[in-house]
Parts: sequence; structure tokens; C-alpha cells
Amino acid sequence: MARTRGINARRRRRLNVFRTVVLVLLGVFFLTPLFAMFEFTTRGDTPSSPRSLAAWGEIASAPNLISSIVTSLGLAVITSVAMIVLLVPTMIWVRLRLPRLFRVIEFLCLLPLTIPAIVLVVGLAPVYLWVTYFFGDSALTLSFAYVILVLPYTFRALDAGMSAIDVRTMSEAARSLGAGWTTVMFRIIPPNMRAALLNASLLSVALVLGEFTLANLLNFLNLQVEINQLGQANAPVSIAVALGSLLFAFALLVSLSFVDRPRGSSAPPDEGLIAPLAPVENATWGQQA
Amino acid sequence: MTEAVGVATLGTGRAGVQVRLEDLRRRYAGVSALDGFSLTLEPGELIALLGPSGCGKTTALRLVAGLEDADGGQVVVDGKDVTGLPANKRDMGMVFQAYSLFPHMTARQNVAFGLRLRGVKSSERKQRAGDMLDLVGLSAQADRYAHQMSGGQQQRVALARALAIRPKVLLLDEPLSALDAKVRAQLRDEIRRVQLEVGTTTLFVTHDQEEALAIADRVGVMRAGHLEQLDAPGTVYSRPQTPFVAEFVGLSNRIPAMVSGKTAEVLGVHLPLVDETTSDGPAIAIVRPEAFTLAGTIGDTSLDAPLAGTVIATAFLGAVSRITVDLGGGLTVMAQLPTSEASAYPAGTAALLHLRTDAVLVTREAAVVPAPGPAAAAVENVGRAG
Repeated sequence: MARTRGINARRRRRLNVFRTVVLVLLGVFFLTPLFAMFEFTTRGDTPSSPRSLAAWGEIASAPNLISSIVTSLGLAVITSVAMIVLLVPTMIWVRLRLPRLFRVIEFLCLLPLTIPAIVLVVGLAPVYLWVTYFFGDSALTLSFAYVILVLPYTFRALDAGMSAIDVRTMSEAARSLGAGWTTVMFRIIPPNMRAALLNASLLSVALVLGEFTLANLLNFLNLQVEINQLGQANAPVSIAVALGSLLFAFALLVSLSFVDRPRGSSAPPDEGLIAPLAPVENATWGQQA
Repeated sequence: MTEAVGVATLGTGRAGVQVRLEDLRRRYAGVSALDGFSLTLEPGELIALLGPSGCGKTTALRLVAGLEDADGGQVVVDGKDVTGLPANKRDMGMVFQAYSLFPHMTARQNVAFGLRLRGVKSSERKQRAGDMLDLVGLSAQADRYAHQMSGGQQQRVALARALAIRPKVLLLDEPLSALDAKVRAQLRDEIRRVQLEVGTTTLFVTHDQEEALAIADRVGVMRAGHLEQLDAPGTVYSRPQTPFVAEFVGLSNRIPAMVSGKTAEVLGVHLPLVDETTSDGPAIAIVRPEAFTLAGTIGDTSLDAPLAGTVIATAFLGAVSRITVDLGGGLTVMAQLPTSEASAYPAGTAALLHLRTDAVLVTREAAVVPAPGPAAAAVENVGRAG
């Protein structure tokens, strides 16, 4: 017995060392480029110049930079909201009422993944002539295209979330209690797939904040287009903004891990299930509804 | 077959409503799940629908609930045809086989959910949810989420939630099947107690015959989309009207018999027939194990029993034991007797048997329920537990 414990302890120690080594290697792999970016933003104009945070200070004064950040954040919010409003009820409805259409919806949602961005732009360019005609030339109209762009990723996240809960039983229980389809689709199912909704939203935000091709080819100014233009004129500021947007995405990911943790303790066993019951006369009953 | 029964209602319970299912039909991909299914639940009555998987019992319940659309027939509740109404307009409470509590709500919020949808004021909602949780003995768990409760507790909250809206009809779709045996028995009794208390007309679907016989005012045994028999539990067990019911409910021996007039000769004993119209000739008699009694051991000259055989197996079942006796000629029968008596008949004992002269059901069909194991193969001792 003692010998087995000793072997187990040695295995645990080895496993811990292995984990630590892997963690450190991955940390170095991912953090080195970030550190290099930061190091680059702090260099002076000449090799002998002292280090400074001037590039970071210039972010606020760079022309169009703040407005492009605001545009990208606005696009991220609009795309996330539009995606959720469009996709969640559709997926719930298909799962509950039209399961035969699931494969069709899946195919449609995954299709953008197979189409290169440049081909998308060729198709979208004439469409955007009409979009501009009806909605103006605001860069926020890019959200129409971005909703299509994020579909493959968000579909998978939402589908995994829905598969993790018993959508059918929950909706039938709600219906039997008097809930209409609207209540089921907005008050019953979505609150129970918060993690999936957050995942899908985060994917949308990350994708929109990093999107360059569509915006550039359709002649809209978003954060990545601005970083690209800025990089040609002022590289340190451009890198500072890129690093900032990366850190922002990381912060979102970390915050996600703190959301949707189970509330309270876990379930007790079924032993001792039957608690003392209320005497029959203690129960109060009114007239039948 | 469908006689009305007097239903006991305890305490301050309200009178339930009558529910009539008339000629319900439902097909799935060309296969008939319900074929002209009719059933009347008297006010306050609890009827259990019992049957093997795929017999249509859950389909019938879902048609009543409005969760499925009928291909034909009517569901009439309290004199009103509700066949075309959606589930959320039918005013029925339902407890599901799968745990169905809303995970993002506490037990109290779950129970109050239906009341909220009905626009009941907050104070009354809280009061009624509290009463319901009190009724199922879960007041202390009112603020717990589903994942903080055991399976049994979740099903009790689901029962409280279904009853909180004061439904016209309570529908129970195998609510105990996910629970372990001990909790299942406790909760089964509790469901019955609560149902009698509130007096709500209840349709209970189960594949567990013990559950159905223990809880229901009447038991409906279903087969292939229609009712084989609808009667009080005691009648279904002791006077099955069809071979299927006899074989599906409880255990039975299939023994060669000879029908002549209004009796059947079974193992040399003349037994009256349940169905006196049965034509003469060879048949299979369906005999309950408890119809056999072991009268003593061979060699005891003071005994006079027509049957003799050798005990080949004894199964201890708690208060009773089941003894398998080889009568020779490839014929084995099962007898059931109190465990205190069964200890006198270990395997290998040469024993004498009596066959009680109860009315017997005979059939000329092959066994309709699969035999439980090789030990029963000789004479198709057929049974089904749970």
C-alpha cells in the first residue's frame, strides 16, 4: 500500500513538472512577440535615444485613430447583437419545430468559411452599392457583411451550447405551464446557454476587431485599416494600437472564464430524500383557476 | 371494461374534471402509434397507462397535453373540445421523465413561473409557491437551483410547479423512471398522497407495473396503440381479460390445457374458464405462480396432492420466494409462497403441489411477452418485472 502511494506521489510530481514546463514554453512562445511589440513601441528615434512611452501617448492624437477604434467597437457590438438576435431564435426554432432543416441551416452557416474573403468582396461590392444607397456610407454598414462572416464560428458555439441542455424538455415544460413560443425563445432557453452566448459574442468581437480585408477592399475605415495606414507613417504608434487591441481581446477571454460559474454548491445524494412533509391540513388551496 | 369508479378525495381537495379521449389516432412515418384510442378519466381519478415501449402510452399523454397534434379524434376536458388548442392554452400541469426544472431559476422561482405567466400578484405568487413547496416537503430547499438538488428533489419541485397553476389535469410522464428504486417508491406514494389531496384528475404513464398497480384508481394496459384492458389494479392482476394483459402484468406460467365446455383441464385439475365462450380443444392455460401451493414433501403419506415434482430453483424475493418445480416431461412451473414456508423446499426436494381452482384464462397464441430467461424456457413461464 505504502509502495503504491509512493509510486503515485512520484507520478504526480512528474506530471506537475511536465505541466509547468509546457506552461512556461507556451508562455514564452506567446508572450515573446507581445514583449517584442511592446519593446518596439518604447524605442527612441535613434538607437542611443532613451526608451519612452511616447508612442502610446500619441494614440490619442493620431488622426482618425480614435474614430476607427470607436467604429470597430461599434461594429463589434452591432455584429454580436445582430448575430444573437438572428441566430439564436432561428436555431431554437429549427431544433424544436423543424429538425429536418438543421443540416440546411448548418450548411448555410458554415458556407462563409469556405469562401475566400476576396471572393466575398467581389460578391459584396455591388450589394454595397445598394447598402450605401439605402443606409448611407457609414462604416457601421459593414456589420451586414460581418454578420455573415461570423456565422460559421458562432453557429458552432451556439450549437454546442444548445446540445448541452435539454432544449425540448425545457420548452415543453414551459409550454405546459402556459408559456408562448416568444417566452420559450427569450426567457427560457437563452438564459441557460449563457456560456455559449458569451463564447459566440466573444468570437464575433474578436473577429470584427481583427477584420481587415473586407473593410479595406470596400473602402471603409476600421481599426485594422487604420493600423495598416498608420504603420506606413508611424510604426511605433501602429504597433502600440495593435498590441492594445490584442490585450483587449485577451482581457475579454479572461473575463469569460469568470462568467457562468455554477451558483452555489452541488447536489446532495438522494438518501434522506423525504423530508418531513407538511400535514395535509396545513396546505392551503384556493378555487380552481 | 370502462366502468366508472368512486374516487376518494382527501382533505380540502377540489373536484377534478372529466377528461375524455375519443378515438385518438396518431401515425409517425406511416407507423400507427395510436389507433382509435379512447379513454374516459372521471373527475379526480388517477389512471395509469401501462404498457411496453412503443405501445403508444406516451403519445396518448402528449396528445392530451397538446405537445403533439392528433391525426384524428378528440380530447375533451370538462366538456370542452381542446383538441385544437396549443399546449400553453390547455391549463394542464405536466411532470416529465427527464429533469425539467429551469436551471437558471431557484426551486421557488420554478414553482412560481406558471403563476407569473398568469399575472398572479407577487405576494400571492410567493405564498402559493411556498405552499406548494411545503406540500412536497421542500420548503427548506426553496432557494436552491436545480443543480443543487438531488433527482428526487427535482421531481418533487417539478410536481409542485405543475400543481401550482391549479391545472385542470395533471399529466405524469414516467416521472420516477430516472430515480433509484428506494426513492422511486417513496416519491410514488407521495405523488398519490398529493394527488388525493388536491383531487386533480391525473393521467400517469409508466412502464413499471408495480408503480401503476400501487398508485392508480384504474390501470389501462396498452398494446400497439390501443387499450387491452382498463380496470381497477386488483382486477387487472387477478382477472386479466386478454393473454397479453395476463402475461404483461405480473408473472405467469403457460401450461398445456384441454378446454371442454366451461372448464379447462390443467395438470389434471378442472378449472373454470374466464372466457366461457372459448372453443373446445387443446390450449395454453395462463396460471399465476401464487395459484400453486407447495403441500409438502413426497414421502409424507398424510398428504394428498395431485401434482408432484422436483424443486430445481428457489428465488428469494424478500417477503416471498419463487420456487421453480420440474413436473417431469419437460414441464416446469413457478410457484410463489411466503419465504418462511419456502425454506422447507431447497433445490432438489421432491415436493407435492396443489393448484387452486381459480378461473383460468386460456390462449391459443404464442407468448406475447418475451420470456425472462433460460430457466423459464421449458413451459414458457413468462414474466416482466418493472
